[in-house]
Amino acid sequence: MRRMPAAARSAQEAGLLSCMACTLVSRPPAAFADGVIESNARCPRCGAGLHWRKPDSIVRCWAFLVASYVLYFPANLLPIMNTSSLFGAQTDTILSGVIYLWKTGSWATALVVFVASIAVPVLKLAVLTMLVVTVQRRSTWRPKLRARMYAIVSFVGRWSMLDIFVVTVLVALVQIKSIAVIEAGPGAIAFGAVVVLTIFAANSFDPRLIWDPIRPDYGPDQD
Amino acid sequence: MDPTRTEPPEGEEPARGVPGAAGPASDDAADADAAKDGAANADAADPAAATREAAIPEAVVRPRRKLPSLVVWLIPAVAIAFALWALFATLHQRGPTITIVFKSGEGIEARKTKIKYKNVDIGEVRSVRLSEDRQSVIVTAIMTPEADSLLVEDTRFWVVRPRLSGGSVTGLSTLLVGSHIGLDAGKSEESARDFTGLEQPPTFSKDLPGSQFVLRAEDFGSLDIGSPVYTRHIQVGQVVGYDLDNDGKGVTISIFVNSPYDKQVNANTRFWFADGFDVTLDANGLKINTQSIISILIGGLAFETLPDMPGEEPSPENTSFRVFYDRAQAMKALYTGYETYTFEFRESVRGLTIGAPVDFRGVNVGEVVATDIKFDPVKKDITVPVRVRMYPERLRGQPAPYTYKSGKPVDHRQFLDLIVQRGFRAQLRTANLLTGQLYVALDFFPDAKKATIDWSHTPPDFPTMQGSLQELQSTLAAIANKLDKVPFEKIANQLTSTLEAGNRLFAKLDDDTVPALRTTLEEARKTLQGATTMIDELGTKTLPEAQSTLGQLKKTLASIDQAVTPEAPLRRDLQDSLREVGRAAQSLRVLADYLERHPESLLRGRGEDPK
Repeated sequence: MRRMPAAARSAQEAGLLSCMACTLVSRPPAAFADGVIESNARCPRCGAGLHWRKPDSIVRCWAFLVASYVLYFPANLLPIMNTSSLFGAQTDTILSGVIYLWKTGSWATALVVFVASIAVPVLKLAVLTMLVVTVQRRSTWRPKLRARMYAIVSFVGRWSMLDIFVVTVLVALVQIKSIAVIEAGPGAIAFGAVVVLTIFAANSFDPRLIWDPIRPDYGPDQD
Repeated sequence: MDPTRTEPPEGEEPARGVPGAAGPASDDAADADAAKDGAANADAADPAAATREAAIPEAVVRPRRKLPSLVVWLIPAVAIAFALWALFATLHQRGPTITIVFKSGEGIEARKTKIKYKNVDIGEVRSVRLSEDRQSVIVTAIMTPEADSLLVEDTRFWVVRPRLSGGSVTGLSTLLVGSHIGLDAGKSEESARDFTGLEQPPTFSKDLPGSQFVLRAEDFGSLDIGSPVYTRHIQVGQVVGYDLDNDGKGVTISIFVNSPYDKQVNANTRFWFADGFDVTLDANGLKINTQSIISILIGGLAFETLPDMPGEEPSPENTSFRVFYDRAQAMKALYTGYETYTFEFRESVRGLTIGAPVDFRGVNVGEVVATDIKFDPVKKDITVPVRVRMYPERLRGQPAPYTYKSGKPVDHRQFLDLIVQRGFRAQLRTANLLTGQLYVALDFFPDAKKATIDWSHTPPDFPTMQGSLQELQSTLAAIANKLDKVPFEKIANQLTSTLEAGNRLFAKLDDDTVPALRTTLEEARKTLQGATTMIDELGTKTLPEAQSTLGQLKKTLASIDQAVTPEAPLRRDLQDSLREVGRAAQSLRVLADYLERHPESLLRGRGEDPK
């Protein structure tokens, strides 16, 4: 682990800080020596906070992940939508909506909803957990693949809000008193929280940590 | 956290502590191995590094309050709290799971059909499946927690569908929404989870104040569940159920009378069928009695409490009553207890219908239940036993049955024995001569042969008398026999010959007498003609002569008249003459008498008077 780099592999190893916002590389401030906490460092160009690595990245990521895991169950078990109309009241969970769509023949829609609302959050949670665990163990397993997975997760994150969008639009549109009223159920809150928390978890994860344990001779052809 | 520390390696701290001299060379200064290794390298690289570093700007320091890293764990804590709350809320919302058994699953859909109480959702059907014996449908439903108290043993469930009954339409909303399961909360304290659903909705809910009563009728009439129950033309209840008795001999009808009208029902209350209308034609004229138009159409029951009866406590729930066919019958039938007897008649019971009255001096004391034919092998006799339902109390009169001095009621058997001993018998009588309808009359026949009630039989045999009709029939038979003896044929023959003779006579008259008669009439006509001419002549010739004659006659009469008037001299003279003649005649009579007594005087002359 302790290598003397011929050329520094990262800004950190070169004793420099890179700005996550504007990519400017800067020297750590002299005040660091006086026990000034790292997070006080600012990019001299754009003013964004400078860190060697995102502070408490793993801890925060775990916190958000745990919260997401906990909320994932009510999100799927509680009704996300209460429809009360002349023809009776009905409550729908995400899965019951998917089953309903499937049964009524809208297979494509059912598939889209299933992927966006059920599969994607699960995969996101799984991928993030895997990333955090591997980083914690300083694993050197396929860093490139993991980096790509992280990229996908952080990209895809907001799209799993599809269900929430649908519910929000319906709740706003269908408010015809005594004929039909649609209300968001507690499941919608939980589901929204899961999506937001996974986005936060992905954000608090510092992908640079993936590469920290990697040998310097790791080349692009290796995978 | 140690392996993933985000801070730079600890060893870097002192190196960085020296401004300007800090560089990658001093990275591993704390590391003994590295220090040896890198000493040469560092020295070599130092100038280049220094120039590079000079080009790199230094980060700005702006102090900022940093949250303790533990704060981030507030988020999962909140998430767990929310999840626990959701779990608790869901579990709390989730009431008991119940099963209901229905005969048919029509209109029940899993996860769709609601269970409603007073039109409020209190549960939802989760699954509908067939029972193992495939006879029924088992519906599993999850109720809301507040429904828990409603789920007791006598809670009733039924499927609400649109239906038309009792003159009203219910469940119309289910046409749009689909069926739901209705519920009527029971009163029991025992909690229950498994229920059997009703096929028909109950017509009233259990929390409705009122009482249920049981009616026994021979026939269900045109009633139905929901048919109204009236008292004094006010609807106060409805029919809630009916059942054929196990022996098939009657119908048990359950009715519900709303409060406070149920207090009107007591032991003196009479029920009758109020369907259709009663038409009575009696001395008062035609009378039509109905309850209401609805009851004419859909039937119904009515009740009334007998007036002027000792005040009774309201009957308790489920008291049994008898249903009569109409009001007249109901109000007449003061007695509900009856006994069956057999009247063995030896005559035809043609005209005796089932239900014909048993009558004692005009009071109905029973009715005919059945007629039969019986062969008595001992007496070698065929009789017609008539089974009769009697109200023996009615014979004993009102209000209280006779009692012994001890207070024990008189056994009605003894009472009947007593009156039978005095000649109390049953007799068939004609109620209507035109239709030949019979009724059974009970009456005293002091001349009747001695008889007793045969209590050994079931039902007991009651002694009978030959009917008045029977007597009439035998009389008629005797008359017929006499008529038979009359020689109608002979009479007829003679009559025929007489008539023939007459015929002949008339023929003869036609032949002989009629021509003669004709000539006679002709002659008579001629004669009359002659007479007419003669009279004419008389008129023209004789009449003037007669007139003159009459004129002379008149003159003559006038002169005669003149002559005989009292003043006329002739008459006076005549009168004087006649007087003279009278005197002369008197003297002559005296002379004659003297001569008769003294004939000698003729010779001697008149002597001296001898006195």
